[in-house]
Amino acid sequence: MEILRETVDWFLDPAHWAGSNGVPWRLGEHVFFSVVAILLAVAVSLPAGLAIGHTRRGDRIATAVAGLGRAVPSYALLILFVPFLGLGFSSALPALVLLAIPPILLNTVAGIQDVDRDTIEAGRGMGMTERQVLRDVELPAALPAIIVGLRTSAVQVVATATLAALVAGGGLGRYIVDGFALQQDDRLLAGAILVAVLALGTDRAFTWAQRRYERGGLSEPEGRETLVRQAL
Amino acid sequence: MIRWDVIRGNLPLLGSKLVEHLALTVVAVAVGLLISSVAVLLIRGRRPLVAPVTGFFSFLYTIPSLALLAFLVPVTGLSFLSAEIALVTYTLLILTRNVLAGLASVPPDVLEAADAMGYGRTRRMWQVELPLALPLIVAGIRIATVTTIGLVMVTALIGFGGLGQVMLRGYNFRNDTLVLVGFGLTVAIALVVDLGLGWLGRAITPWSARRSS
Repeated sequence: MEILRETVDWFLDPAHWAGSNGVPWRLGEHVFFSVVAILLAVAVSLPAGLAIGHTRRGDRIATAVAGLGRAVPSYALLILFVPFLGLGFSSALPALVLLAIPPILLNTVAGIQDVDRDTIEAGRGMGMTERQVLRDVELPAALPAIIVGLRTSAVQVVATATLAALVAGGGLGRYIVDGFALQQDDRLLAGAILVAVLALGTDRAFTWAQRRYERGGLSEPEGRETLVRQAL
Repeated sequence: MIRWDVIRGNLPLLGSKLVEHLALTVVAVAVGLLISSVAVLLIRGRRPLVAPVTGFFSFLYTIPSLALLAFLVPVTGLSFLSAEIALVTYTLLILTRNVLAGLASVPPDVLEAADAMGYGRTRRMWQVELPLALPLIVAGIRIATVTTIGLVMVTALIGFGGLGQVMLRGYNFRNDTLVLVGFGLTVAIALVVDLGLGWLGRAITPWSARRSS
Protein backbone atom coordinates (compact mmCIF):
# COMPACT_ATOMS: atom_id res chain seq x y z
CA MET A 1 0.00 0.00 0.00
CA GLU A 2 2.81 2.28 -1.04
CA ILE A 3 0.39 4.50 -2.91
CA LEU A 4 -1.63 5.29 0.22
CA ARG A 5 1.44 6.57 2.03
CA GLU A 6 2.37 8.64 -1.01
CA THR A 7 -1.11 10.14 -1.06
CA VAL A 8 -0.89 11.01 2.62
CA ASP A 9 2.50 12.61 1.93
CA TRP A 10 0.93 14.58 -0.91
CA PHE A 11 -1.61 16.02 1.50
CA LEU A 12 1.05 16.78 4.10
CA ASP A 13 3.29 18.64 1.64
CA PRO A 14 2.83 22.39 2.35
CA ALA A 15 3.58 23.15 -1.32
CA HIS A 16 0.22 21.60 -2.21
CA TRP A 17 -1.63 24.05 0.01
CA ALA A 18 -0.25 27.28 -1.42
CA GLY A 19 -0.60 29.26 -4.62
CA SER A 20 -3.03 29.02 -7.50
CA ASN A 21 -2.58 25.25 -7.85
CA GLY A 22 -2.94 24.66 -4.10
CA VAL A 23 -5.88 22.84 -2.54
CA PRO A 24 -7.59 25.96 -1.06
CA TRP A 25 -7.48 27.81 -4.39
CA ARG A 26 -8.68 24.82 -6.45
CA LEU A 27 -11.42 24.10 -3.92
CA GLY A 28 -12.46 27.75 -4.04
CA GLU A 29 -12.63 27.64 -7.85
CA HIS A 30 -14.64 24.45 -7.76
CA VAL A 31 -17.15 25.77 -5.25
CA PHE A 32 -17.36 29.15 -7.01
CA PHE A 33 -18.08 27.54 -10.44
CA SER A 34 -20.67 25.28 -8.89
CA VAL A 35 -22.45 28.02 -6.96
CA VAL A 36 -22.59 30.35 -9.99
CA ALA A 37 -23.93 27.53 -12.17
CA ILE A 38 -26.59 26.53 -9.65
CA LEU A 39 -27.69 30.13 -9.06
CA LEU A 40 -28.09 30.69 -12.81
CA ALA A 41 -29.98 27.40 -13.13
CA VAL A 42 -32.28 28.40 -10.26
CA ALA A 43 -32.88 31.79 -11.88
CA VAL A 44 -34.11 30.02 -15.01
CA SER A 45 -35.86 26.91 -13.73
CA LEU A 46 -37.54 28.13 -10.54
CA PRO A 47 -39.73 30.81 -12.18
CA ALA A 48 -40.44 28.48 -15.09
CA GLY A 49 -41.32 25.63 -12.74
CA LEU A 50 -43.55 27.83 -10.60
CA ALA A 51 -45.37 29.12 -13.68
CA ILE A 52 -45.86 25.65 -15.16
CA GLY A 53 -46.92 24.20 -11.82
CA HIS A 54 -49.30 27.02 -10.98
CA THR A 55 -51.01 27.26 -14.36
CA ARG A 56 -50.80 23.49 -14.91
CA ARG A 57 -49.89 24.23 -18.47
CA GLY A 58 -46.80 23.02 -20.27
CA ASP A 59 -45.90 20.16 -17.96
CA ARG A 60 -45.20 18.14 -21.10
CA ILE A 61 -42.42 20.61 -21.83
CA ALA A 62 -41.01 19.98 -18.35
CA THR A 63 -41.02 16.19 -18.89
CA ALA A 64 -39.44 16.60 -22.32
CA VAL A 65 -36.69 18.78 -20.83
CA ALA A 66 -36.10 16.17 -18.14
CA GLY A 67 -35.91 13.34 -20.67
CA LEU A 68 -33.50 15.28 -22.84
CA GLY A 69 -31.45 16.19 -19.77
CA ARG A 70 -30.98 12.51 -19.06
CA ALA A 71 -30.04 11.66 -22.65
CA VAL A 72 -27.43 14.41 -23.03
CA PRO A 73 -24.18 13.31 -21.34
CA SER A 74 -22.53 15.95 -19.18
CA TYR A 75 -19.07 15.21 -20.48
CA ALA A 76 -20.25 15.54 -24.08
CA LEU A 77 -21.93 18.84 -23.26
CA LEU A 78 -18.68 20.26 -21.87
CA ILE A 79 -16.70 19.43 -24.98
CA LEU A 80 -19.52 20.51 -27.29
CA PHE A 81 -19.27 24.15 -26.24
CA VAL A 82 -15.50 24.41 -26.74
CA PRO A 83 -15.61 25.08 -30.52
CA PHE A 84 -18.11 27.88 -29.90
CA LEU A 85 -17.04 29.39 -26.59
CA GLY A 86 -13.37 28.54 -26.28
CA LEU A 87 -11.54 26.77 -23.52
CA GLY A 88 -12.04 27.01 -19.79
CA PHE A 89 -14.77 28.39 -17.58
CA SER A 90 -16.71 29.96 -20.47
CA SER A 91 -17.43 26.51 -21.96
CA ALA A 92 -17.91 24.73 -18.67
CA LEU A 93 -20.41 27.19 -17.22
CA PRO A 94 -23.21 26.82 -19.81
CA ALA A 95 -22.81 23.04 -19.66
CA LEU A 96 -23.14 23.07 -15.86
CA VAL A 97 -26.17 25.39 -15.99
CA LEU A 98 -27.93 23.22 -18.58
CA LEU A 99 -27.28 20.14 -16.46
CA ALA A 100 -28.63 21.74 -13.32
CA ILE A 101 -31.90 22.93 -14.87
CA PRO A 102 -33.92 19.68 -15.36
CA PRO A 103 -33.95 18.39 -11.76
CA ILE A 104 -34.92 21.78 -10.30
CA LEU A 105 -37.54 22.38 -12.97
CA LEU A 106 -39.12 18.95 -12.66
CA ASN A 107 -39.21 18.91 -8.87
CA THR A 108 -40.66 22.43 -8.72
CA VAL A 109 -43.44 21.51 -11.14
CA ALA A 110 -44.17 18.26 -9.29
CA GLY A 111 -44.02 19.97 -5.89
CA ILE A 112 -46.47 22.70 -6.88
CA GLN A 113 -48.83 20.27 -8.59
CA ASP A 114 -48.94 18.09 -5.48
CA VAL A 115 -50.21 20.92 -3.30
CA ASP A 116 -53.67 20.13 -1.96
CA ARG A 117 -56.29 21.68 -4.27
CA ASP A 118 -58.60 22.54 -1.38
CA THR A 119 -55.88 24.56 0.31
CA ILE A 120 -55.33 26.54 -2.88
CA GLU A 121 -59.07 27.11 -3.31
CA ALA A 122 -59.29 28.21 0.31
CA GLY A 123 -56.57 30.76 -0.36
CA ARG A 124 -58.46 32.05 -3.38
CA GLY A 125 -61.66 32.10 -1.32
CA MET A 126 -59.95 34.36 1.19
CA GLY A 127 -59.37 36.83 -1.60
CA MET A 128 -55.71 36.08 -2.22
CA THR A 129 -54.46 37.12 -5.62
CA GLU A 130 -52.92 34.43 -7.82
CA ARG A 131 -49.49 35.82 -6.98
CA GLN A 132 -50.23 35.52 -3.25
CA VAL A 133 -51.56 31.98 -3.67
CA LEU A 134 -48.33 31.05 -5.40
CA ARG A 135 -46.06 32.81 -2.92
CA ASP A 136 -47.81 32.09 0.37
CA VAL A 137 -49.57 28.78 -0.23
CA GLU A 138 -48.02 26.80 -3.05
CA LEU A 139 -44.35 27.76 -2.64
CA PRO A 140 -44.01 26.89 1.08
CA ALA A 141 -45.80 23.58 0.56
CA ALA A 142 -43.63 22.71 -2.45
CA LEU A 143 -40.35 23.72 -0.80
CA PRO A 144 -39.29 20.21 0.35
CA ALA A 145 -39.65 18.93 -3.23
CA ILE A 146 -37.75 21.94 -4.56
CA ILE A 147 -34.91 21.29 -2.09
CA VAL A 148 -34.72 17.69 -3.35
CA GLY A 149 -34.36 19.05 -6.88
CA LEU A 150 -31.69 21.47 -5.72
CA ARG A 151 -29.81 18.64 -4.05
CA THR A 152 -29.81 16.50 -7.19
CA SER A 153 -28.65 19.46 -9.26
CA ALA A 154 -25.98 20.55 -6.81
CA VAL A 155 -24.45 17.07 -6.52
CA GLN A 156 -24.49 16.72 -10.30
CA VAL A 157 -22.91 20.14 -10.82
CA VAL A 158 -20.17 19.51 -8.24
CA ALA A 159 -19.43 16.18 -9.94
CA THR A 160 -19.41 17.63 -13.43
CA ALA A 161 -17.38 20.70 -12.46
CA THR A 162 -14.61 18.13 -12.01
CA LEU A 163 -14.76 17.47 -15.74
CA ALA A 164 -14.22 21.19 -16.44
CA ALA A 165 -10.50 20.48 -16.01
CA LEU A 166 -10.70 18.48 -19.25
CA VAL A 167 -11.45 21.64 -21.20
CA ALA A 168 -8.64 23.51 -19.45
CA GLY A 169 -10.85 24.74 -16.63
CA GLY A 170 -9.72 24.89 -13.00
CA GLY A 171 -11.26 23.28 -9.95
CA LEU A 172 -10.34 20.09 -8.15
CA GLY A 173 -10.61 18.08 -11.37
CA ARG A 174 -7.24 19.63 -12.28
CA TYR A 175 -5.48 17.19 -9.94
CA ILE A 176 -7.23 14.19 -11.49
CA VAL A 177 -6.72 15.23 -15.11
CA ASP A 178 -3.08 16.19 -14.45
CA GLY A 179 -2.60 13.03 -12.39
CA PHE A 180 -3.75 10.96 -15.37
CA ALA A 181 -1.65 12.96 -17.83
CA LEU A 182 1.53 12.93 -15.73
CA GLN A 183 0.88 9.41 -14.40
CA GLN A 184 1.24 10.63 -10.83
CA ASP A 185 -0.92 8.32 -8.77
CA ASP A 186 -0.54 10.35 -5.56
CA ARG A 187 -1.90 13.50 -7.19
CA LEU A 188 -4.61 11.42 -8.89
CA LEU A 189 -5.78 9.84 -5.64
CA ALA A 190 -5.58 13.12 -3.72
CA GLY A 191 -7.80 14.76 -6.33
CA ALA A 192 -10.23 11.84 -6.26
CA ILE A 193 -10.50 12.02 -2.46
CA LEU A 194 -11.08 15.79 -2.50
CA VAL A 195 -13.74 15.56 -5.20
CA ALA A 196 -15.52 12.63 -3.58
CA VAL A 197 -15.58 14.36 -0.18
CA LEU A 198 -16.94 17.55 -1.72
CA ALA A 199 -19.70 15.70 -3.59
CA LEU A 200 -20.69 13.63 -0.56
CA GLY A 201 -20.56 16.74 1.64
CA THR A 202 -22.85 18.61 -0.75
CA ASP A 203 -25.29 15.72 -0.69
CA ARG A 204 -25.23 15.59 3.12
CA ALA A 205 -25.66 19.36 3.46
CA PHE A 206 -28.79 19.43 1.32
CA THR A 207 -30.23 16.33 3.01
CA TRP A 208 -29.70 18.09 6.34
CA ALA A 209 -31.40 21.27 5.07
CA GLN A 210 -34.32 19.24 3.77
CA ARG A 211 -34.80 17.34 7.05
CA ARG A 212 -34.51 20.53 9.02
CA TYR A 213 -37.12 22.25 6.90
CA GLU A 214 -39.46 19.27 7.05
CA ARG A 215 -39.17 19.03 10.81
CA GLY A 216 -39.45 22.76 11.44
CA GLY A 217 -41.98 23.31 8.70
CA LEU A 218 -44.39 20.49 9.44
CA SER A 219 -46.61 22.47 11.75
CA GLU A 220 -46.55 25.47 9.47
CA PRO A 221 -48.80 24.29 6.64
CA GLU A 222 -51.19 22.94 9.25
CA GLY A 223 -51.15 26.26 11.04
CA ARG A 224 -51.80 27.97 7.78
CA GLU A 225 -54.69 25.67 7.09
CA THR A 226 -56.35 26.35 10.44
CA LEU A 227 -55.88 30.02 9.80
CA VAL A 228 -57.66 29.68 6.49
CA ARG A 229 -60.43 27.67 8.07
CA GLN A 230 -60.96 30.23 10.80
CA ALA A 231 -61.14 32.98 8.24
CA LEU A 232 -63.79 31.05 6.39
CA MET B 1 -19.42 23.75 -39.48
CA ILE B 2 -19.93 20.06 -40.28
CA ARG B 3 -17.62 18.79 -42.97
CA TRP B 4 -19.08 15.79 -44.73
CA ASP B 5 -15.73 14.65 -46.12
CA VAL B 6 -14.48 14.27 -42.53
CA ILE B 7 -17.49 12.11 -41.71
CA ARG B 8 -17.02 10.03 -44.85
CA GLY B 9 -13.32 9.57 -44.15
CA ASN B 10 -14.00 8.51 -40.57
CA LEU B 11 -16.91 6.15 -41.16
CA PRO B 12 -14.97 3.02 -40.07
CA LEU B 13 -13.83 4.82 -36.89
CA LEU B 14 -17.35 6.02 -36.14
CA GLY B 15 -18.75 2.53 -36.70
CA SER B 16 -16.26 0.80 -34.44
CA LYS B 17 -16.61 3.44 -31.70
CA LEU B 18 -20.38 3.17 -31.85
CA VAL B 19 -20.15 -0.59 -31.41
CA GLU B 20 -17.65 -0.15 -28.55
CA HIS B 21 -19.99 2.35 -26.91
CA LEU B 22 -22.93 -0.04 -27.08
CA ALA B 23 -20.81 -3.00 -25.92
CA LEU B 24 -19.51 -1.11 -22.87
CA THR B 25 -23.09 -0.10 -22.05
CA VAL B 26 -24.64 -3.54 -22.48
CA VAL B 27 -21.96 -5.29 -20.40
CA ALA B 28 -22.29 -2.69 -17.62
CA VAL B 29 -26.08 -2.91 -17.42
CA ALA B 30 -26.08 -6.72 -17.62
CA VAL B 31 -23.50 -7.10 -14.86
CA GLY B 32 -25.24 -4.36 -12.85
CA LEU B 33 -28.56 -6.18 -13.17
CA LEU B 34 -26.98 -9.45 -12.05
CA ILE B 35 -25.38 -7.86 -8.97
CA SER B 36 -28.54 -5.91 -8.13
CA SER B 37 -30.72 -9.01 -8.44
CA VAL B 38 -28.44 -10.97 -6.12
CA ALA B 39 -28.38 -8.03 -3.69
CA VAL B 40 -32.18 -7.82 -3.73
CA LEU B 41 -32.55 -11.57 -3.17
CA LEU B 42 -30.23 -11.29 -0.17
CA ILE B 43 -31.84 -8.26 1.46
CA ARG B 44 -35.46 -9.00 0.64
CA GLY B 45 -37.44 -9.98 3.67
CA ARG B 46 -34.58 -8.87 5.91
CA ARG B 47 -35.68 -5.35 6.70
CA PRO B 48 -32.63 -4.24 8.71
CA LEU B 49 -30.40 -4.96 5.68
CA VAL B 50 -32.32 -2.88 3.12
CA ALA B 51 -31.28 0.58 4.35
CA PRO B 52 -27.54 -0.13 4.70
CA VAL B 53 -27.29 -1.77 1.27
CA THR B 54 -29.24 0.90 -0.63
CA GLY B 55 -27.41 3.52 1.46
CA PHE B 56 -24.09 2.08 0.36
CA PHE B 57 -25.17 2.07 -3.30
CA SER B 58 -26.33 5.67 -3.04
CA PHE B 59 -22.98 6.58 -1.45
CA LEU B 60 -21.23 5.05 -4.47
CA TYR B 61 -23.65 6.81 -6.81
CA THR B 62 -22.73 10.20 -5.33
CA ILE B 63 -19.00 9.78 -6.04
CA PRO B 64 -18.24 11.70 -9.25
CA SER B 65 -17.35 9.44 -12.18
CA LEU B 66 -13.95 11.05 -12.75
CA ALA B 67 -13.02 10.54 -9.10
CA LEU B 68 -14.13 6.90 -9.20
CA LEU B 69 -11.95 6.29 -12.27
CA ALA B 70 -9.08 7.98 -10.47
CA PHE B 71 -9.58 5.63 -7.49
CA LEU B 72 -9.64 2.59 -9.76
CA VAL B 73 -6.69 3.27 -12.05
CA PRO B 74 -3.94 2.85 -9.43
CA VAL B 75 -5.51 -0.52 -8.57
CA THR B 76 -6.82 -2.02 -11.81
CA GLY B 77 -4.88 0.09 -14.33
CA LEU B 78 -6.02 1.68 -17.60
CA SER B 79 -8.08 -1.39 -18.36
CA PHE B 80 -11.44 -2.56 -19.58
CA LEU B 81 -11.98 -3.77 -16.02
CA SER B 82 -11.56 -0.26 -14.59
CA ALA B 83 -14.00 1.16 -17.11
CA GLU B 84 -16.60 -1.52 -16.42
CA ILE B 85 -16.28 -1.38 -12.63
CA ALA B 86 -16.99 2.35 -12.80
CA LEU B 87 -19.93 1.92 -15.18
CA VAL B 88 -21.44 -0.97 -13.23
CA THR B 89 -21.17 1.00 -9.98
CA TYR B 90 -23.54 3.70 -11.22
CA THR B 91 -26.20 1.19 -12.31
CA LEU B 92 -26.46 -0.46 -8.88
CA LEU B 93 -28.53 2.16 -7.07
CA ILE B 94 -31.01 2.62 -9.92
CA LEU B 95 -31.46 -1.10 -10.59
CA THR B 96 -31.63 -2.21 -6.95
CA ARG B 97 -34.17 0.47 -6.13
CA ASN B 98 -36.38 -0.45 -9.06
CA VAL B 99 -36.17 -4.22 -8.57
CA LEU B 100 -37.13 -3.72 -4.91
CA ALA B 101 -39.97 -1.38 -5.84
CA GLY B 102 -41.15 -3.80 -8.52
CA LEU B 103 -41.32 -6.73 -6.10
CA ALA B 104 -42.97 -4.53 -3.48
CA SER B 105 -45.63 -3.54 -6.02
CA VAL B 106 -46.96 -7.10 -6.22
CA PRO B 107 -50.30 -7.10 -4.35
CA PRO B 108 -50.21 -9.29 -1.19
CA ASP B 109 -53.50 -10.90 -2.23
CA VAL B 110 -51.87 -12.27 -5.35
CA LEU B 111 -49.04 -13.75 -3.28
CA GLU B 112 -51.52 -15.32 -0.91
CA ALA B 113 -53.49 -16.75 -3.80
CA ALA B 114 -50.30 -18.24 -5.23
CA ASP B 115 -49.43 -19.75 -1.84
CA ALA B 116 -52.90 -21.17 -1.50
CA MET B 117 -52.58 -22.76 -4.94
CA GLY B 118 -49.50 -24.56 -3.70
CA TYR B 119 -46.79 -22.55 -5.47
CA GLY B 120 -43.36 -23.08 -3.95
CA ARG B 121 -41.06 -20.15 -3.25
CA THR B 122 -39.05 -20.48 -6.47
CA ARG B 123 -42.03 -21.05 -8.71
CA ARG B 124 -43.93 -18.19 -7.11
CA MET B 125 -40.93 -15.91 -7.77
CA TRP B 126 -40.60 -16.86 -11.44
CA GLN B 127 -44.25 -17.18 -12.42
CA VAL B 128 -45.99 -14.64 -10.22
CA GLU B 129 -43.72 -12.05 -8.65
CA LEU B 130 -41.27 -11.47 -11.47
CA PRO B 131 -43.86 -10.93 -14.23
CA LEU B 132 -45.77 -8.49 -12.04
CA ALA B 133 -42.58 -6.67 -11.04
CA LEU B 134 -41.46 -6.42 -14.67
CA PRO B 135 -42.78 -2.94 -15.52
CA LEU B 136 -40.72 -1.30 -12.75
CA ILE B 137 -37.69 -3.49 -13.44
CA VAL B 138 -37.73 -2.55 -17.12
CA ALA B 139 -38.17 1.11 -16.13
CA GLY B 140 -35.03 0.75 -14.01
CA ILE B 141 -33.11 -0.89 -16.86
CA ARG B 142 -34.20 1.98 -19.09
CA ILE B 143 -32.90 4.69 -16.74
CA ALA B 144 -29.71 2.75 -16.01
CA THR B 145 -28.99 2.18 -19.71
CA VAL B 146 -29.52 5.81 -20.72
CA THR B 147 -27.37 7.00 -17.79
CA THR B 148 -24.64 4.50 -18.70
CA ILE B 149 -24.59 5.63 -22.35
CA GLY B 150 -23.66 9.08 -21.04
CA LEU B 151 -21.13 7.81 -18.52
CA VAL B 152 -19.33 5.66 -21.09
CA MET B 153 -17.99 8.90 -22.57
CA VAL B 154 -16.01 9.67 -19.42
CA THR B 155 -14.09 6.40 -19.78
CA ALA B 156 -12.47 7.97 -22.87
CA LEU B 157 -9.99 9.32 -20.32
CA ILE B 158 -8.60 5.86 -19.70
CA GLY B 159 -8.59 4.84 -23.35
CA PHE B 160 -12.14 3.54 -23.82
CA GLY B 161 -15.24 5.66 -24.10
CA GLY B 162 -16.67 4.68 -27.48
CA LEU B 163 -18.04 7.87 -28.99
CA GLY B 164 -16.42 9.81 -26.13
CA GLN B 165 -13.15 8.86 -27.79
CA VAL B 166 -14.43 10.44 -31.04
CA MET B 167 -15.29 13.67 -29.22
CA LEU B 168 -11.97 13.70 -27.39
CA ARG B 169 -10.13 13.19 -30.67
CA GLY B 170 -12.11 16.02 -32.24
CA TYR B 171 -11.31 18.19 -29.24
CA ASN B 172 -7.58 17.39 -29.32
CA PHE B 173 -7.21 17.94 -33.07
CA ARG B 174 -9.54 20.97 -33.18
CA ASN B 175 -11.85 19.01 -35.44
CA ASP B 176 -15.33 20.46 -34.82
CA THR B 177 -16.99 17.91 -37.07
CA LEU B 178 -15.84 14.99 -34.93
CA VAL B 179 -16.95 16.81 -31.76
CA LEU B 180 -20.42 17.42 -33.17
CA VAL B 181 -20.81 13.97 -34.70
CA GLY B 182 -19.66 12.26 -31.49
CA PHE B 183 -22.15 14.35 -29.55
CA GLY B 184 -25.01 13.86 -32.00
CA LEU B 185 -24.56 10.09 -32.22
CA THR B 186 -24.43 9.69 -28.43
CA VAL B 187 -27.59 11.71 -27.87
CA ALA B 188 -29.24 9.82 -30.72
CA ILE B 189 -28.50 6.35 -29.31
CA ALA B 190 -29.55 7.52 -25.84
CA LEU B 191 -32.89 8.74 -27.20
CA VAL B 192 -33.41 5.62 -29.33
CA VAL B 193 -32.66 3.35 -26.36
CA ASP B 194 -34.92 5.46 -24.13
CA LEU B 195 -37.85 5.22 -26.55
CA GLY B 196 -37.09 1.58 -27.40
CA LEU B 197 -37.01 0.36 -23.82
CA GLY B 198 -40.08 2.48 -23.04
CA TRP B 199 -41.89 0.72 -25.84
CA LEU B 200 -40.57 -2.69 -24.74
CA GLY B 201 -41.78 -2.04 -21.20
CA ARG B 202 -45.31 -1.48 -22.48
CA ALA B 203 -45.17 -4.33 -24.99
CA ILE B 204 -44.20 -7.06 -22.53
CA THR B 205 -46.72 -5.92 -19.95
CA PRO B 206 -49.93 -5.18 -21.85
CA TRP B 207 -51.93 -5.19 -18.61
CA SER B 208 -50.08 -2.11 -17.37
CA ALA B 209 -50.82 -0.09 -20.51
CA ARG B 210 -53.75 1.74 -19.01
CA ARG B 211 -51.93 2.56 -15.79
CA SER B 212 -48.82 4.01 -17.38
CA SER B 213 -50.54 6.17 -19.98
